[in-house]
Amino acid sequence: MAQSLQGKSAGGMQGGYHAENFRRRTRYTIVFAILIAAFFLICILNINTGNVNIPVSRILKIIFQKAGDKDEMNIIWKIRLPRILMGAMLGGALALAGFLLQTFFENPIAGPFVLGISSGAKMIVAIVMIFFLQRFGRVSSWAMIVAAFIGSLMATGFILAVSRAVNSMAALLVAGVMIGYICSAVTEFIITFAEDSDIVNLHGWSQGSFSGMNWSNVGVSALIVGITLFLTILLSKPIGAFQMGEAYAQSMGVNVKRFRIALIMLSSILSATVTAFAGPISFVGIAVPFLMKRSLGTAKPLVVIPATFLGGAVFCMVCDLIARMAFAPTELKISTVTSLFGAPIVIFMLIRRQQGRR
Amino acid sequence: MSQYYFHMDQLTVGYNGQPLIRDIEIGIRQGEIVTLIGPNGAGKSTILKSITRQLSLIGGKVQFAEKELRSYSYKELSSRMAVVLTERMRPELMTCHDVVATGRYPYTGRLGILSEEDERIVDESMRAVHAEDIGTRDFNAISDGQRQRVLLARAICQEPEIIILDEPTSFLDVRHKLELLAILRNMAKQKGITVIMSLHEIDLAMKISDKIVCVKGDHIFRYGEPEEIFEESMIRNLYDIDNGFFDPLFGSIELPAPGTNVRRNAGGMDGAEGKSPSPHTLVLSSCGTGIPVFRRLQRQNEPFISGILYTNDVDYQLARLLAAEVITEKPFCQISDAAFARAMEAVEKCERVIDAGVEIGESNARMEDILAAAEKAGKMERI
Repeated sequence: MAQSLQGKSAGGMQGGYHAENFRRRTRYTIVFAILIAAFFLICILNINTGNVNIPVSRILKIIFQKAGDKDEMNIIWKIRLPRILMGAMLGGALALAGFLLQTFFENPIAGPFVLGISSGAKMIVAIVMIFFLQRFGRVSSWAMIVAAFIGSLMATGFILAVSRAVNSMAALLVAGVMIGYICSAVTEFIITFAEDSDIVNLHGWSQGSFSGMNWSNVGVSALIVGITLFLTILLSKPIGAFQMGEAYAQSMGVNVKRFRIALIMLSSILSATVTAFAGPISFVGIAVPFLMKRSLGTAKPLVVIPATFLGGAVFCMVCDLIARMAFAPTELKISTVTSLFGAPIVIFMLIRRQQGRR
Repeated sequence: MSQYYFHMDQLTVGYNGQPLIRDIEIGIRQGEIVTLIGPNGAGKSTILKSITRQLSLIGGKVQFAEKELRSYSYKELSSRMAVVLTERMRPELMTCHDVVATGRYPYTGRLGILSEEDERIVDESMRAVHAEDIGTRDFNAISDGQRQRVLLARAICQEPEIIILDEPTSFLDVRHKLELLAILRNMAKQKGITVIMSLHEIDLAMKISDKIVCVKGDHIFRYGEPEEIFEESMIRNLYDIDNGFFDPLFGSIELPAPGTNVRRNAGGMDGAEGKSPSPHTLVLSSCGTGIPVFRRLQRQNEPFISGILYTNDVDYQLARLLAAEVITEKPFCQISDAAFARAMEAVEKCERVIDAGVEIGESNARMEDILAAAEKAGKMERI
């Protein structure tokens, strides 16, 4: 789709900036329309399919009139709907976290998973989880989120320290992958020595999954993700300036220091929320922003941020559906599916970049 | 209170608290073009980064329009000061229009949505740099020259009072260099926008600048109008040139004189040092006919004597730099016996005499005799 951008110019498409922006808005509208349609379609599909298939007419009745078969009511309201909403929210949050990290590191293959941030969050959550389970027998969502946030910040802090020392993107990514390994090793270590009852709890979670979500989870993450999304949209103007490079951003009036801190905070909150509820999920943060920017034909944050969120939601819901249904009743890890789709996109992206340089 | 619009007052700049250049004292008036010149690594960029607040000042202060630079908020400063930097950027999926439009940043609202007025200013800025036809092209897919122009359009779009450019003419070919500088001159003189920049091309710096700042070592070597700065020795000292010349009259850069043994750092700055003692060629010329001959001999590294040149002859200006010896006469005078004798001696000494074309009139009638002597000796070579 980048070619179409250049193709247009080669064709001598001229006119002022206003005309150009007008043409673009048409494209944005189409992309958003497709995303929204896909969102609703996949929602219905997700509610509809499972061990028990529920036809669409009954779904609508159950959701909007809260009337219908009791078992079906329970399946939809207690199991499928929370899971779908969580998948959508956390998928969006993950994609957005990726976009923010890419902006921060000025590198399109930065993301919470690749940089080891998810693994950092996972490690601290595992520690906190075992501690809480042994002491109190239960863990609150908030404790999990705070733990994940601390873990995210720790990993990000480490990555930042590395990025100061080596000014190379490749080295940065290698450092991220290494942090991921270290944190995963520590997590495995903890799990190995945890009590049996904890392991069941921990193991499923540390693999990454949207299963077992309840309405209180939905409420908590809606609150956090909602506020963070709102703040991110408010930041879209300085993010746009920052895409021009730090020095230019400053000359445009951005307080770069403060802005950097804000970016790190927002992306850490987002990846922490995802990790706390669903465990580490790979590649969504890289693949989705890339796909969105390409299909919109722009990197303008004000457009890309909502599109990325929506795209991340759709992507994760599709992946979750596949994870649930592919080998039903056995459920796959969500990362298995996201990797399968996400990793080839990342490879494609790298090849494209290399060609662009030539 | 300062009498200047932009005043660097006892400024000390550097990196990480390490002073690099001390006690910079420069006063600039509104609408002036001020150019920093000096050898690579002298700290031109450091100064520019410091006055654009990318680096914090180590000492002293910068007064900008009656207010200290540090007391501006970034936002406030952004609507008054625009920059064109050297760092290469590769913005993702941005057309040239988009890049220029980022200049509107200080003027747009919370979400940065452009109004139709903003879009109009973008178009106008593109026209100002003659780049309106590349507006919809991807910024990463245009040439260096176009890129510089787009970045300048971006700065113009910011509607600043002062523009600071770090080596804006690097990577540009001659045509684009001239075009860019002409745009800057128009902006400065018509709109009263102050321009501070660094340039590598001293010849261009001399021609466009109202003031020149020579940066070298840990201090400002010289500061003043181009006429004061551009003396031959001044430029040679600034850049430590010992194998070539800068001709301030034409602003041209010359290679060392033919036959000169180039020994870098051989001590003194004396241009005559090391010249071969016995040139074999005498060039007779006048009114510019000698210049191409001098150049050819220079290329062949063939030392030569030039004569008899009036010191107001255009040939003299180049011969002075390139010839091993110049036989001269005062303007509008008859050729003296001394000059004549030296010329005759040169005819005798040299293996060949090149007649590049001599205009002979009443006062230099004796040139006829010199030409005849060369002819008689069979050394004459006409071109």
